[in-house]
Amino acid sequence: MAARIHPLLGAFAILVFLFLLAPLVIIVGASLSDTTYLTFPPQGLTLRWFWNIFEISAFRNTAITSFQVAILGTGLSLLIGIPAAYALNRYRIGLPKWLGTLFILPILVPEIVFGFSLLKSVTIGMGLPIYPSLIIGHALLVLPYSVRVVGASLASFDFSVEEAAISLGCPPLKTFLTVVLPNIRAGVIAAFILAFITSINDVSISVFLTGPGISTLPIQILAHMEQFFDPTIASVSVLLMLVTVGVMAIVEATLGLTFLTK
Amino acid sequence: MTVSLTIENLSAHYGQTQVLKDLSISVAAGELVSLLGSSGCGKTTTLRIVAGFLQPTSGHVRLGDRDLTTLPAHARDIGLVFQNYALFPHLTVQDNVAFGLKQRGINAADRAKRATAMLERVGLANLTDRLPGALSGGQKQRVALARALVIEPPLLMFDEPLSNLDAKLRVDMRVEIRQLQKANGTTSLYVTHDQEEAFSISDRVAIMNAGRIMQLDTPEVLYQKPANAFVARFVGFENLIPMKTVARDGAIVTVEAAGGARLHLSQDVFGPIKDDFVLATRPDGLVVRSQGEGIPATLGTRTYLGRAYQYKCETAAGEITANGALSEMFEPGANAVLVPVAEQCCILNPEA
Repeated sequence: MAARIHPLLGAFAILVFLFLLAPLVIIVGASLSDTTYLTFPPQGLTLRWFWNIFEISAFRNTAITSFQVAILGTGLSLLIGIPAAYALNRYRIGLPKWLGTLFILPILVPEIVFGFSLLKSVTIGMGLPIYPSLIIGHALLVLPYSVRVVGASLASFDFSVEEAAISLGCPPLKTFLTVVLPNIRAGVIAAFILAFITSINDVSISVFLTGPGISTLPIQILAHMEQFFDPTIASVSVLLMLVTVGVMAIVEATLGLTFLTK
Repeated sequence: MTVSLTIENLSAHYGQTQVLKDLSISVAAGELVSLLGSSGCGKTTTLRIVAGFLQPTSGHVRLGDRDLTTLPAHARDIGLVFQNYALFPHLTVQDNVAFGLKQRGINAADRAKRATAMLERVGLANLTDRLPGALSGGQKQRVALARALVIEPPLLMFDEPLSNLDAKLRVDMRVEIRQLQKANGTTSLYVTHDQEEAFSISDRVAIMNAGRIMQLDTPEVLYQKPANAFVARFVGFENLIPMKTVARDGAIVTVEAAGGARLHLSQDVFGPIKDDFVLATRPDGLVVRSQGEGIPATLGTRTYLGRAYQYKCETAAGEITANGALSEMFEPGANAVLVPVAEQCCILNPEA
């Protein structure tokens, strides 16, 4: 028995979807345009702007850097975030309340301020090279996702399950790896995906931490746009969208998308 | 292999608050002892210290001739059954039960054989491939029981194992737990706040209050001969009436309550009676009559109990709850006498 939907509600819902999806359609259209400037609807159809991306070495190199930084930065943030989330949930009663808030600071502080302070402390202060600085910066940027999303999983985890394993002779660290971790797997994967996408898209932090010879894809897109207003930008955007769709497709095939919204 | 559990002079603190005060219990080999008390009495703290999840401030826990006090929890070899089952959500029933065996390095074939045999004993042989999420509460608790028993621990501990089950199942499960425990002869410590459960399942029960054991005895003794006012109230002796001995004639002692009401009590029935004592009775232990030797009272609210009427009574010794026969109904405001029934009364020494 289908619920009756008010016609106005239906129209409003369609508008919302249009608003969400129209820009994506425009980008896809613009990327196929056979003109040397961005335009929609496309005039003529060509894939040459996609080939153009691969011909410009800066796009290739920065894409590789972006993926490396996103994977390593996200990995590092999970290495810190999972134990932190565990401690915050397991010992909630004994810990001060503000401690949990500490881990979402990178979201609360304006990114431009956060980026600048990273430049001052990591790159200039500690004198670290650009590549490790970028990884550390991104790890800190996405740390809130690791702590919060894994923490949400742990909040519904019954810690007496952990005690049961220990009482049955399983040492604490092994218990964490074989009993706790499998039960918060969905949270860890969700945290990884959110953090990875955040890192891949980041401009504000990266703009401070990139330097001569090393840059990330979003920074390169900005740099390219300052010089050329051709459909290459649209093509890159479409490729990034396809990567996201690909990630989501893998998630859907392996775990089902519902766990991301749980 | 059955061994005894000895808890010696255990003290524990949460921050500044002392939750266990010099607590000692010994559980004989093969015996089931319950810790009974309301929340906050320290029963769960005691269990968690024995399990190794909490450290005592002082005192020792021994299992047979092993001192467990400083041993990490995973090395203690204790079977634990939790209130909320605590099954591994990501493992099948079979793998849940085999988990402890796996930790002991037992090979896969033996693990499967022993887990299957144990699941048969708890009546779940047909559910081995299910995940815990697909089980009912009673089935979950059976898996938890099988998981704890299959490692053949020298000590089994239960932390309110039945409080999440409905009333009927609770009764069935406690019979089952007791049968399994007796059949295996496993020394057991059982924590509960449910008096009926503790009395029906245990060899002995420790009634706890504010981090201390008030009395540790068989259910029969606790129920009939409480050692102090706390235990007396706990097992239903609602009326605690201070008394003074005024005359002694052989075994018969004449005693007087506040207000001057006199009773004759036999030391053959009550044991030695001191000069000052407290007469403790259940509502059944004082019968409301129109006349007889007893405590004069003015009757208040009447409640129909099915087997008797219950009255709230005003007496010179304070408010008393007493029962009266169905054949003789009194109206509120009537004057009557509360006549003690020796078998439903006991004598307590006044508290220090």
